Amino acid sequence: MKYLKLSNILLTSVIVISVALVSCQKFGSDAVSIATGSTGNDIELLRTVLEEYTTETGQAVEITSMPSSTTDIFGQFKIWLNAKTSEIDIYQVDVIWAPQIGNHLVDLTEAVSDVSGDHFSSIIESQTSNGRLVALPFFTDAPALYYRTDLLDKYNENVPETWDEMALIAEYIMDEEHAAGNTELWGFVFQGNSYEGLTCDALEWVKSHGGGQIIEPDGSISINNPDAVRAIEFAADLVGTISPPGVTTYQEEEARGIWQTGNAVFMRNWPYAYGLGNSDDSAVKGKFDVAPLPSGGAGSAATLGGWNLAVSKYSEKQEAAIDVVKYLASKKVQKFMAINNSKLPTLPELYSDPEVLKAVPFFAEWLDVFKQAVPRPSAPTKTAYNEVSKEFWTAVHNVLTGSSSAKDSLANLERKLTDIKESESGW
Amino acid sequence: MKAVQHPSVLTSQKIKTAWLFLLPMLAVLAFTAAWPLLRTIYFSFTDIREFGQDSYNFVFFKNYLYFDQQGEWKGLFANPTWWRSVWNTLKFTVISVSIETVLGILIALALNLEFRGRGLIRAAILIPWAIPTIVSAKMWAWMLNDQFGIINDLLIKLGFLSDPIAWTGTPDTAFIAIIIVDVWKTTPFMALLSLAALQLLPGEVYEAAKVDGIGPIKRFFHITLPLIRQPLMVAIIFRSLDSLRIFDLIYVLTPNNEATMSMSVYAKFEMFDFSKFAYGAAASTSLFLIISLLTIIYIKFGRVNLGQN
Repeated sequence: MKYLKLSNILLTSVIVISVALVSCQKFGSDAVSIATGSTGNDIELLRTVLEEYTTETGQAVEITSMPSSTTDIFGQFKIWLNAKTSEIDIYQVDVIWAPQIGNHLVDLTEAVSDVSGDHFSSIIESQTSNGRLVALPFFTDAPALYYRTDLLDKYNENVPETWDEMALIAEYIMDEEHAAGNTELWGFVFQGNSYEGLTCDALEWVKSHGGGQIIEPDGSISINNPDAVRAIEFAADLVGTISPPGVTTYQEEEARGIWQTGNAVFMRNWPYAYGLGNSDDSAVKGKFDVAPLPSGGAGSAATLGGWNLAVSKYSEKQEAAIDVVKYLASKKVQKFMAINNSKLPTLPELYSDPEVLKAVPFFAEWLDVFKQAVPRPSAPTKTAYNEVSKEFWTAVHNVLTGSSSAKDSLANLERKLTDIKESESGW
Repeated sequence: MKAVQHPSVLTSQKIKTAWLFLLPMLAVLAFTAAWPLLRTIYFSFTDIREFGQDSYNFVFFKNYLYFDQQGEWKGLFANPTWWRSVWNTLKFTVISVSIETVLGILIALALNLEFRGRGLIRAAILIPWAIPTIVSAKMWAWMLNDQFGIINDLLIKLGFLSDPIAWTGTPDTAFIAIIIVDVWKTTPFMALLSLAALQLLPGEVYEAAKVDGIGPIKRFFHITLPLIRQPLMVAIIFRSLDSLRIFDLIYVLTPNNEATMSMSVYAKFEMFDFSKFAYGAAASTSLFLIISLLTIIYIKFGRVNLGQN
């Protein structure tokens, strides 16, 4: 009898809660919803600017928080878009996605014609698919080499300009610090997990060693060459020596975790880590600076990143959504995000804004880094990009974890990419 | 077994009523299980690239296997990555289900004894089973982290390790980590089903065995095990079906990693991430066939009786 009652109470409460949840969604249906990744402080600051928007316009905006891995976000977005859901109105999309999901997105060309000319034309071009502008730039990304000024000063070392220099300095400082009792310190952390981030990191190694950019703009597969092999071998040697063995599981946030607790001499990461590294609870506050990534003999190479705002074709509130997109891409919000979240603006004028430069001094120098950034081969490979990228990061990951040699792995990769290229989904 | 008999009016009425009662469930099953399954099989014979696409063509077995112009075999069955994921899944299932069965029986035997606080312990062992897999997988991912993880910290402090291990970093340790988490999570299920079987055992047999002076180990292998064999075999089927389609645990612990990829993870990527819906459907169909085949073999050779007597 007692059990029966208990189960009745449980059942009733489950029903009540579900009904309450369903009706909540009904009540909130006037709100425009935006789906966005959750790296670092992203969600918190986005909420701040959206609250201001709601106070100004009366339009409520709901945030649907996605994981921080771009690979996970892409998988979920594709499921939603293919299912033609109207529940998400605005998608925050990676710079590489436009050719792959462009036909699910609203053509913004006319709606944003008054502001699209203010943004970098290269980004606007990257978000144009089949002549349709499918997303408005929110922020751009070009990674940096983060280094500890206190440690470099202590051991009288200069900021490294080549990968080999960086490895030598890291090893030297690590050994000295370990001997002095600071045994937790590592030399270099980066993104070595098997996901899109590894494609970015590895493209930089390959390009800076003169090994091309996986697939060239004309569509030819260039990855199987001695310079690329050398670049990947260099990276594999880092694992377990100056980089922790677990680096093969790190994404951006894991790398930042080690860096921000003061346990790395160098880090490869995106600009967002700059603001967070200087926050009050950071162990490296005021003890670090950034420089362009080292060269492997063929100059420094930074992979072009960045996120843009797109409106879903299946949204029932397209007009309201476009207005939110324009607000978020505006000078006001981009300036706020540059100052508070160290996000690179997509509006050239902000790179000489005194308030921005006071908060993130290195942005002045980053205009050039961004302009020379290497795009991932998403344009030539079109809808096959995601699979191409997976094959590339898998091949590199196999070398980093020691299950294959760089030479074999890249030769095998070339065969796989050729297969994809010649298949129906090829380019 | 009786010879074929004409059922009486009453029986036939009863059968009719039974079917009437079963109808809603059959309809729901057809709608939620049979229809999606048939759709998936259907799509695996087409060239559809995205779910929701309107026009597509029939290509018959091309997604499975075909001979291309260069004289090479192509398609799912010629793809080493697919076979690797099949092998990973089978290896995972055999190892984890074996460990879970042995541990489950041991725990059930202990819980079958009379002691104070038994009810509490019984409820407590169910906790890992009650936590959603995605939550426990994420929790374990942090516990297994090489820099901040509590597992490494503990093992180092106890002196078992000198340096932290990046558990999910290399293929071998990642596989071990996945097995550990799965065993932690699903042993309670095996323990619960074994316990249910143990509680139905007749006490007289054991008394008789005791009178005859038969030791506890012999009692277990000659009385307990044969008596709980049927329910245990059914429990093993449930667990095996479950682990053959493992997705969430592997997806959270080692995402996008071919070294530990299971069949479901493989199919998910092909279907949704790579614009190869038909090819992914072929992988899903093969997954279904492999699981069916293994289950049939198991039931046949394990002489499992799923009906009454």
